[in-house]
Amino acid sequence: MSEQKGMFGASGTGDTSGYGGLERASVSPTSAQRPYGSYFDDVADELERAFPEFHDAIEKVVVDRDELTLHIKREKLFDVAKTLRDTETLRFEVCLGVAGVHYPEDKNRELHAVYQLLSMTHNRRIRLEVSVPDSDPHLPSLVEVWAGTNWHEREAYDMFGIIFDGHPALTRILMPDDWPGHPQRKDYPLGGIPVEYIGATVPAPDNRRSYR
Amino acid sequence: MSTFASSRETTEGTIYSVTGGDWDQVASEIGSAKEERVVVNMGPQHPSTHGVLRLMLELEGETITELRCGIGYLHTGIEKNTEFRTWTQGVTFVTRMDYLSPLFNETAYCLSVEKLLGITNDVPERASVIRVMMMEFNRISSHMVALGTGALELGAITPMFFAFREREKVLDVFEKVSGLRMNMAYVRPGGVAQDLPEGTVSHIRDLVKDLRKNFKDNADLLIGNSIWIKRTKDVGYLDLAGCITLGVTGPVLRSTGMPWDLRKTQPYCGYENYDFDVITADTCDVYGRFLIRMQELEQSLRIIEQCCDKLDALDGAPVMVADKKIAWPAQLALGGDGLGNSLEHIRQIMGTSMEALIHHFKIVTEGFRVPAGQVYSAVESPRGELGAHLVSDGGTRPYRVHFRTPSFSNLQSTSAMCEGSLIADVVAAVASIDPVMGDVDR
Repeated sequence: MSEQKGMFGASGTGDTSGYGGLERASVSPTSAQRPYGSYFDDVADELERAFPEFHDAIEKVVVDRDELTLHIKREKLFDVAKTLRDTETLRFEVCLGVAGVHYPEDKNRELHAVYQLLSMTHNRRIRLEVSVPDSDPHLPSLVEVWAGTNWHEREAYDMFGIIFDGHPALTRILMPDDWPGHPQRKDYPLGGIPVEYIGATVPAPDNRRSYR
Repeated sequence: MSTFASSRETTEGTIYSVTGGDWDQVASEIGSAKEERVVVNMGPQHPSTHGVLRLMLELEGETITELRCGIGYLHTGIEKNTEFRTWTQGVTFVTRMDYLSPLFNETAYCLSVEKLLGITNDVPERASVIRVMMMEFNRISSHMVALGTGALELGAITPMFFAFREREKVLDVFEKVSGLRMNMAYVRPGGVAQDLPEGTVSHIRDLVKDLRKNFKDNADLLIGNSIWIKRTKDVGYLDLAGCITLGVTGPVLRSTGMPWDLRKTQPYCGYENYDFDVITADTCDVYGRFLIRMQELEQSLRIIEQCCDKLDALDGAPVMVADKKIAWPAQLALGGDGLGNSLEHIRQIMGTSMEALIHHFKIVTEGFRVPAGQVYSAVESPRGELGAHLVSDGGTRPYRVHFRTPSFSNLQSTSAMCEGSLIADVVAAVASIDPVMGDVDR
């Protein structure tokens, strides 16, 4: 997926010990084949039944480590989410939030939003994953489906710059309102920002001493 | 409007900003203004907002018409930082998120790492039992803070003394077992950092009896206390539908009568082998939430007693996975200068085995590799569902660590709980959510 860089801008392989030679092939999970096992087939069957455009909406289905991930096209995200919540046999009534993940190497799919869903009725969990290009980071907001995603979407916007269309007030939530950049993206350095006090400035960690 | 207020003209009319001064004087001056609408900024430095929480209240007299939370004052970038450390070092970071229940952060993180590694079933039983015991003690210490500070914020001081008296004894157990009273980084991927010191189990058995007797003090002070009931009954109301759509979990959800507890519904760490009850209330209010916390203390003690029996049976069993490629190489021992690698281990790596030295060096500095993929695993923390979403790209460091923290999700419900109620009830409602700002902001 990417090449890891060392702490505080170290050059070379990015291996903190200097002995591992961290070079890995990029990994992209492949689509799973039926049967998925566990309750995953049930969920897929019911979703297909309740949502006729299923095959248009799903990019791939990944079953990994006993967890089901549905990769969904962003145009269909809202409808799929609503179906998952409202269908009696699915009933994913709780959304546990949105996590952004940044894959700068994944061209035109750089930003991923990952939703963890929970069905208390059926005691099941699934995960939705949506990817958007960095140049057009727009996703439909799911606040109308699950009101609890409000702050989570603000966090994903704050940290990754994913824009959730239709969100009632998409503003920064953890960083100050006038903060430049989105700190949890991979192209945003750790450190690099001096801390300002009245009458004193503490330099950024990468300028305090050299780790190179 | 001159003493404390500066005014400016906006499209919405004249806006007065009031800071400092005696509240009576401020109020009397505001009273002379034509507009009734007052926006009060409560926090982030306020004794009753549980840390650096900022509340923006729009008031109509004493009634709240709109409430918004301002958070982020304790954002520490833990999620970003873990991407630059090894998987084992991550424990040291995540333990600092919810600083009142550090062991839950560690366990959620380690369960996810173990799931990524595919060693969930290889974690020794003794390690799981120790995790459960430490988590239940942590639930007690966390609920003690919730009860003590919650009561203090509503004007009752004695419950605070009693709660912190008992909490101290629990922290002593943490110190005895891990060497630290908080942020102990005791749970590690594959097990726990070290085995219990000698005599711990018998100490805990005595302590459980002691705690059970003393918990009654606080219960007697609060349950049935007419002032307490007046301050908490029907205050901060949030029903089941509200909780579900807002993703609220933990005691707040259980106060609506929903018996949802991950320890029962989706057991981890072998919780299915313990006998305990899920406590619920049907009042949907602050009173019910505190009642649940008080009764959960007893359930935690029940689990701890069962842990003691299991620990006796598993005496001498390993507390870390057998796989040398993952397990921390050194056994820890208490020396004159504190806890460190045992002398025996140092003798081996420095004196007899070059391979052991290389292995130690490699696994400590570089860490182990974790196969690529993503997982999510959740534990029932004292505040609700604490989930760790981990993404690995196959390297020795996490690609992405995201924590779904209960305080963050639960705090969202403050507006729903408080709008339309009196300003004094905000303090009770926030206390009943029991947010930890480190957990909210990460």
